[in-house]
Amino acid sequence: MMLLETTKLTRAYGGVVAVSQVDFQVREGLITGLIGPNGAGKTTLFNNMTGLDTPTSGKVYFKGADITNRSAHKICRMGIARTFQNIRLFKELSVLENVMVGLHFKTGKSSTTGRVMAAFLSYLKVVDEYELMNESAIKWLEFFQLESLKDELAKNLPYGHQRELEIARALATDPTILFLDEPAAGMNPSETDSLMKTIRRIRDLGITVVLIEHDMKLVMNICDTITVLNYGQNIAQGTPAEIRHNPKVVEAYLGKEET
Amino acid sequence: MGSIAEFFQHLMNGLTLGGIYALIALGYTMVYGILKFINFAHGDILMVGSYIGLFTFDAIRGQTMGPWTVIAFFIAMLAGMLFSAGLGMAIERIAYKPLRRATRLAPLLSAIGVSFILSNMAAWMWGTKSRKLDYPFDNSPIYLKGVSITPHQILILAVVIVMMVALKLFVDRSRIGKAMRATSLDQDTAKLMGIKADKIIAITFAIGSALAATAGFLIALEIKVYPSMGTMTGLKAFVAAVVGGIGNISGAMLGGILLGLLETFGVALLGIPYGLRDTIAFVALIIILLVKPEGLLGKAEKEKV
Repeated sequence: MMLLETTKLTRAYGGVVAVSQVDFQVREGLITGLIGPNGAGKTTLFNNMTGLDTPTSGKVYFKGADITNRSAHKICRMGIARTFQNIRLFKELSVLENVMVGLHFKTGKSSTTGRVMAAFLSYLKVVDEYELMNESAIKWLEFFQLESLKDELAKNLPYGHQRELEIARALATDPTILFLDEPAAGMNPSETDSLMKTIRRIRDLGITVVLIEHDMKLVMNICDTITVLNYGQNIAQGTPAEIRHNPKVVEAYLGKEET
Repeated sequence: MGSIAEFFQHLMNGLTLGGIYALIALGYTMVYGILKFINFAHGDILMVGSYIGLFTFDAIRGQTMGPWTVIAFFIAMLAGMLFSAGLGMAIERIAYKPLRRATRLAPLLSAIGVSFILSNMAAWMWGTKSRKLDYPFDNSPIYLKGVSITPHQILILAVVIVMMVALKLFVDRSRIGKAMRATSLDQDTAKLMGIKADKIIAITFAIGSALAATAGFLIALEIKVYPSMGTMTGLKAFVAAVVGGIGNISGAMLGGILLGLLETFGVALLGIPYGLRDTIAFVALIIILLVKPEGLLGKAEKEKV
């Protein structure tokens, strides 16, 4: 059984079909790459798998359960986390607080409104929860060596650190599967190298990674399997070596050779 | 009366008035922060809370004034807060939530409708005659170097300070408070972090409404309780929230206090006729919108391209 899969997933915006009949599979424990030219529907596919968008037709299954129409917070609580192509941190919160938000539902037991009122009254309990979040958040910051920046506002971090912080925040939700949308975008070669190491370390934690990326060096280096989208359709999947030599893929990227 | 004593007298009066505005302004600003929407029924939620508090107090206070009446006063205040919190959540659920994906004007109109419904219901059920809340304690002023301070003013200031500190701690230091701030900064991303945004929004309405009820109950001692009491008070608190920077909690506190001081000193020192007192807030609104439209503590929003 696949950890996550889509069956005949289609997302149309009016007459524009962004994703068409896509069967996409993610095998547990591997790093899966999702590549394709601009506008191929990669991010749309991500949005439909993480609850930010609902498919026009088709299904999304996670651990065998149909999650097609579930809301984003439920999908997150099941163990799916993601980052964004254009970093979406809580800019006005501190680095530490960003990660703490990721820990939100893990630290709360049953957050009924009654419990909130109770927490409001018993300040001690609130402090307790806060300390718990604080400790776990620091651990994730240490994973990325960001702990010295913990009190900085997220918006003041350099670009590379913002990317790392977004991943740290996603990891704080304790996911089974992590979606990274162009994690290397805008990074210089040395930042990309360290990102590759980080992604491997994340895999070694037992987390399945799915990534969209245009940096072919990164994709070919770390992905165990690659799926290629073009014009919203799944045109190929296989190992990096297979993909590299697949004529359809070469055509999608470079155009057809004149004969 | 020396001029310094006079100054402190006005300062004291201004601070109590401002504290009340601040409590109400917090509700506007919190809801705006999370939904980008002005809850124009906020003043009427305050009115309902004041009535519930007043009824509770009259029912339980007994005949003679004593320590019990003070306790009864706080129980009544709590009853008003709880009722308003529930009312605020119910209004959100019924009148605003279904419109969340509609145009921005739709929930605004819905809020104005709710405001009319509440004030008319109150007039129908409880009559239009204004009622006064009896003092739970002896309110003869204490004189301090020529400045007269009533126990009631001390009570207001104490309650306002406790509420503000509690709210600030809650928002800054608690798990739910953090989720609130995250939701107000980016609702979609907050959901991706497993935060139930709908629940956070409901909690925001509950807290804002409870604070409004507290403010209403406190002013019931000075001005009276009547079905349209929320309109002007609510509008002024809204101005306070905008002046401070709408969406910003510290801004609402600052804006409220500033407005209270402005009204008091405007009449006392600048010689603005008492009848024009209510215009001060709106002149302040116009000035702030011209000079610093994002408010004193607000941040200018950059248009996304």
